[in-house]
Amino acid sequence: MKITDFAYEVKEGLGISFQAIRANKMRSVLTTLGIVIGIVSVTLMGTAIEGMSRSFNEMVSKIGADVLFVQKFSWFSSQEDFEASRNRKNIDLKQFRAVRDQGTTLAAVSPLTGTRLPIKYRSLSSDGIIAIGVNDQYVQVGGLNMEMGRFFSQAESNGDRPVVVLGYTVAEKLFPNETPLGKIVKLGSHSFRVVGVVAKQGSFLGMNMDDRVYLPITNFLQKFSNVRRGMDIHVKAANINDLENTKEELRGILRKVRGVKPGAKDDFAINQQEMFIQTFNQIGGVIAGIGLFITALSLFVGAIGIMNIMFVSVTERTKEIGIRKAIGAKRSTILIQFLIESAALALLGGIIGIIISYPLSLLINQILPTSMPLSVVGIALGISVLVGVVSGFLPANRAAKMDPVEALRHE
Amino acid sequence: MQPVINLKNIKKTYVMGTVEVNALVDVSLQIMKNEYVAIMGPSGSGKSTLMNVLGCLDTPTSGLYEFNGVNVSDMNDNELAKIRNKEIGFVFQTFNLLARSDALHNVELPLIYSGMKKAERKMLAEEALSHVKLADRMHHKPNELSGGQRQRVAVARALVTKPSIILADEPTGNLDSKTGVEIMGLFNELHAQGNTIIVVTHEEDIARHAHRIIRVRDGMVESDTIVEDRILPGVHH
Repeated sequence: MKITDFAYEVKEGLGISFQAIRANKMRSVLTTLGIVIGIVSVTLMGTAIEGMSRSFNEMVSKIGADVLFVQKFSWFSSQEDFEASRNRKNIDLKQFRAVRDQGTTLAAVSPLTGTRLPIKYRSLSSDGIIAIGVNDQYVQVGGLNMEMGRFFSQAESNGDRPVVVLGYTVAEKLFPNETPLGKIVKLGSHSFRVVGVVAKQGSFLGMNMDDRVYLPITNFLQKFSNVRRGMDIHVKAANINDLENTKEELRGILRKVRGVKPGAKDDFAINQQEMFIQTFNQIGGVIAGIGLFITALSLFVGAIGIMNIMFVSVTERTKEIGIRKAIGAKRSTILIQFLIESAALALLGGIIGIIISYPLSLLINQILPTSMPLSVVGIALGISVLVGVVSGFLPANRAAKMDPVEALRHE
Repeated sequence: MQPVINLKNIKKTYVMGTVEVNALVDVSLQIMKNEYVAIMGPSGSGKSTLMNVLGCLDTPTSGLYEFNGVNVSDMNDNELAKIRNKEIGFVFQTFNLLARSDALHNVELPLIYSGMKKAERKMLAEEALSHVKLADRMHHKPNELSGGQRQRVAVARALVTKPSIILADEPTGNLDSKTGVEIMGLFNELHAQGNTIIVVTHEEDIARHAHRIIRVRDGMVESDTIVEDRILPGVHH
């Protein structure tokens, strides 16, 4: 068959399909319902996964891939592990110093502890802020950018100076009309001088990262000694490609300083971003699996529906098939005609599905930062056409093989 | 001169359940270019089967069928479709137009199947419709046309490929007698223009428009006669 012949047949087939669909509007739309549901579910799932991974990537990039968190608990441990690790020794400044002094593969290291405190400046106050004790290197470890002023220095950190760096929203709340730099704020009953404001960070796992203030940790421990939780050690590795070595080095230092017997399990955890990614991939995989199952099921139902209606259509149009064959339509011509009709029907379902799911994706956008990716639209339409062609094959083949004499006799 | 149609010992047997039915027992005949032939016979005579074989809608069980010197008796489906498309113009009792397409598209259809370019086929289809005096009805759908007009669209569709034969099956069967006479006048005209016409009918009046009448009975040619008293166009009996 020449390509031009094929093109004419496709064009003729499209014309016939539109006539057929227009002639049976209600039937066509009802038939495509399964496809519509399938396409709605596949596009919404695609959109949701896109949104989740986008917001997750934003989150994770805040943690920093090269930062290790030495903590009492592992981030993703089972309930049993958690019970067992409750009696572990706290991490303290002595262990931090051991890490700082003995580590050879570290770019920066800071202890970190925190508590919820009220903050006050003149008549303005805020209750729900978190005061965090860190050292001067935390600006590197935490990847902080300064909005104004500076982070506290090593001298200030070591000298227990009463200085504080404000998070973005804290500064906004307490100093709506003036610069906070150099002002004295009250944290609990203690006074601190503001030396800087951190640039806006947004939220992470639902926590507002800008609703916090940073103090030198020694100062923090002196003044808020009721904090019994111990601390974490945040470590930025010198070389991200050498993260495993850094981890091993940290393990060695901590096992020694915490007196872990040889052969005994670690009584601390070294957490990292990687664990988030793994967990997310698992969750994303489960969601995708469920979505795929729903999609496959509804597309299957949709395919059966289309196959059924195409059989009806072929039977109804037996005479037409006979006429077409009598005036020279080949088997392949009839086959292509009905395949196109079936594909057009399914495509109609796909388009309706996208029209329905687009506003729904805007709803999802209220929760997750996402929009329906164009690739998902393309895939959805591609799937519809494929379903149409596959489910149309048997009916189309029946039409193509009809005996013209029999078909012409049909009323 | 080579005949357009040459049938030699054509046999067609249908198997219906366990019974074999000999629709055509032994048919041999020749039809030359520009002949006007009527095929007659009562129902069950095999005339419909003969028409299907002549129209390449069906293949004989045995025997030789040469169309313009080409053996079509054992062609496959696609080759037969091609012959039907290019060499045969069908006119049916029930018109058999596509209900959802307008007259022009109906006439264009065989040209679409032969892969002709759009501009060319539109021109030819318009020409064919003008030929049957329906130039002003091209964009009407079949249900907007009278029976006679529908049959003329069907004739235009049969003509448009310039086929070797026009094969009409009871072309006036669904028309009132006045319109039937008009359609037969059209066939006479087409014949006068050099077309080869085969009309299958059971009506004597219709058959007598032709030059030659082939009578079929029990799957065999009963008689094959030249018509002495032809009904000529415009002459009413």
